[in-house]
Amino acid sequence: MKNIPQKVIHQYLRHQKKFPHVWCAGCGNGIILGDLLRAIYNLGIKKDNIAMVSGIGCSSRMPVYVDFNTLHTTHGRAIAFATGLKFAKPEMHVIVITGDGDAAAIGGNHLIHAARRNIDLTIIIINNSIYGMTGGQYSPTTPTGKKATTAPYGSIEPTFDLCELSRCAGASFVARSTAYHTIETRKIFEKAILKKGCSVIEVISQCPVVYGRLNNITSPVKMLEWQRDNTIPVSAISKLPAEKIKGKIVRGIIHDVDKPEFTEEYDKLVKQFEKQSDNYKNNTKNNS
Amino acid sequence: MKKTMMGNYAASWGAQLSRVQVIAAYPITPQTLIVEKLSEIVANGELDAEFIKVESEHSAMSACIGASATGARAYTATSAQGLALMHEMLHWAALARLPIVLTNVNRAMAPGWSIWADQNDSLSQRDTGLMHIFASSSQDILDSTILGYKVSEQVLLPTLISFDAFFLSHTVEVVDMPLIEDVDKFLPPYNPEYKLDVNDPRSFGALTSEEHYYEFRYKMQKAMEDAIGLIKKEGREYEKLTSRYYDLIHPYRCEDADLILVTSGTIAETTNVAVDELREEGKKVGNLRIRVIRPYPKQDILKAIKNCSKIAVIDRNISCGYHGIFAQELKSALYNETDIPVWGYLAGIGGRDVKIENIKEISDETLKSKEPEDMIMKGVKV
Ligand SMILES: Cc1ncc(C[n+]2csc(CCOP(=O)(O)OP(=O)(O)O)c2C)c(N)n1
Ligand code: SF4
Repeated sequence: MKNIPQKVIHQYLRHQKKFPHVWCAGCGNGIILGDLLRAIYNLGIKKDNIAMVSGIGCSSRMPVYVDFNTLHTTHGRAIAFATGLKFAKPEMHVIVITGDGDAAAIGGNHLIHAARRNIDLTIIIINNSIYGMTGGQYSPTTPTGKKATTAPYGSIEPTFDLCELSRCAGASFVARSTAYHTIETRKIFEKAILKKGCSVIEVISQCPVVYGRLNNITSPVKMLEWQRDNTIPVSAISKLPAEKIKGKIVRGIIHDVDKPEFTEEYDKLVKQFEKQSDNYKNNTKNNS
Repeated sequence: MKKTMMGNYAASWGAQLSRVQVIAAYPITPQTLIVEKLSEIVANGELDAEFIKVESEHSAMSACIGASATGARAYTATSAQGLALMHEMLHWAALARLPIVLTNVNRAMAPGWSIWADQNDSLSQRDTGLMHIFASSSQDILDSTILGYKVSEQVLLPTLISFDAFFLSHTVEVVDMPLIEDVDKFLPPYNPEYKLDVNDPRSFGALTSEEHYYEFRYKMQKAMEDAIGLIKKEGREYEKLTSRYYDLIHPYRCEDADLILVTSGTIAETTNVAVDELREEGKKVGNLRIRVIRPYPKQDILKAIKNCSKIAVIDRNISCGYHGIFAQELKSALYNETDIPVWGYLAGIGGRDVKIENIKEISDETLKSKEPEDMIMKGVKV
């Protein structure tokens, strides 16, 4: 890893205006933001060429703190706003920050359609298994049996596998990391930002204050250790015996294929018709 | 039985006492506590209901519609962005004539993101065909929920109960909880004539030509008109049980007032205190609290204001391009009926606190003023 001093990250932050931030001590959001800023620094992308779009939630507060073009939108709709933005400014790197509730519950429809169209967005889903901002209601990724304020005796609902969902829906790049694995996360972000097409990155994160408290895990460190101990790299699957894989969450780049990107396809279509109409104009001119 | 509780919990217990059967909701600040409490009440077996935490407010109202169409008593609660997202389904619930009761914590619409009190969210739903109550106390929230079902299930229209974010949702007040046996007598189980029933199949939501649609609206309008009498009648019945009476308007010291302030929500409670202080200063001021805005209590209002010489409406909302919505409504009611001048004031937009002294200032200003104004934006920093 390149040794990146803190000061480098600071240049991307609106720390004069928007700090202190709202995140609780021990929250994973700040770690993941750090990973993202390091990735952007490494890629050398100019601040003004990045648009960061988010929905609503603790995680979605992220754009407020960074000095890019930022759009803090409504709950669940970040991807829809980002789609419009990308069409208007196809040259921009559009990064969507969203939570598990934001992306998979109220905004689930937008997620699958962005993936299906393979539009060039970098969609970072911070999955803390709960609705943090509103105080701990269960989300589509709250593990079955775990508690939430709306599931005082444990959730009975099955969960979404966000990576499988995005891959099946058509995203060309799908990856998973955790707040614990910061270097891996940064590297994945670098690849995802450069990828032409819809990239979905699920980052498993910790919400000690709401999820942890409701489920008797009081320490953020324990939650980070859980991320370390309960995930395995995708590359290890073929090497490990079945019993070592059982129950583990796979991390790393799960899916990376090249396929037509939506805004480029659209552009091609426009060009094709422009050509036809030019031909038509030339022909009619010649005829007259 | 008296208990201390937040306004939000008064809504939860109101739903529990009404023995709602299906609750479908999505969390949003400051409503969240209502639904969390209900999920606890259901999980603890204190209410025999199905609790569904859906994936959006649109789905919450859709689930309530489905439940209500089968004849179940359905409930939901939301706020601001959530209510806006429900909008399509509010029209549906009203046109399908389903007596759903929903609670909305009045919160400012985004952007700028705000969680503070403002009535624009629920007033934007004014024309959906819902009956609409603005509660001013926790007691009012609880009682209105029970009364809401009682009236809704007779006129077959939904009821929306709105109250101010934080000033009421998160403020602890004493609430007198009626006994469930009494509520059971007052509010019998819902048993509609037409419902989805496998033994007697019917179809809902069919295509309607211009031959019939107008008549649907006619019937809704008639139902709204009937609701005016029913709200009063059921209010009296409820009073027998609880010694508390709820009407569409609640005038306070209006009989001999020169100036009547027209208010709603928590501002109405503050205004009552301001009126007492103004009276002590020898100023003849009254407060007319509008509790129900749909159906609109035009005749009641005309009666309440007939002796005064000036009216000042205080709006915690704005229809940009015109002015405060309660002021608009009032002026349209008075037109052709009286020539009492009306002053419109805006106050408390986006959760700014409206204090007793602010109301006294509005009152003094109006008493002094000779020329009525459509909209005076109090406290705006320009
Ligand atoms: C239409 C609408 N409904 C509800 C809300 C309230 N709300 C704000 S954040 C949130 C959930 C956030 O959960 P998640 O997306 O998982 O993000 P986290 O806070 O956990 O990072 C909800 C329900 C809203 N803002 N808008
Ligand atoms: S509530 Fe949870 S997700 Fe939100 S800032 Fe606190 S720890 Fe992070």
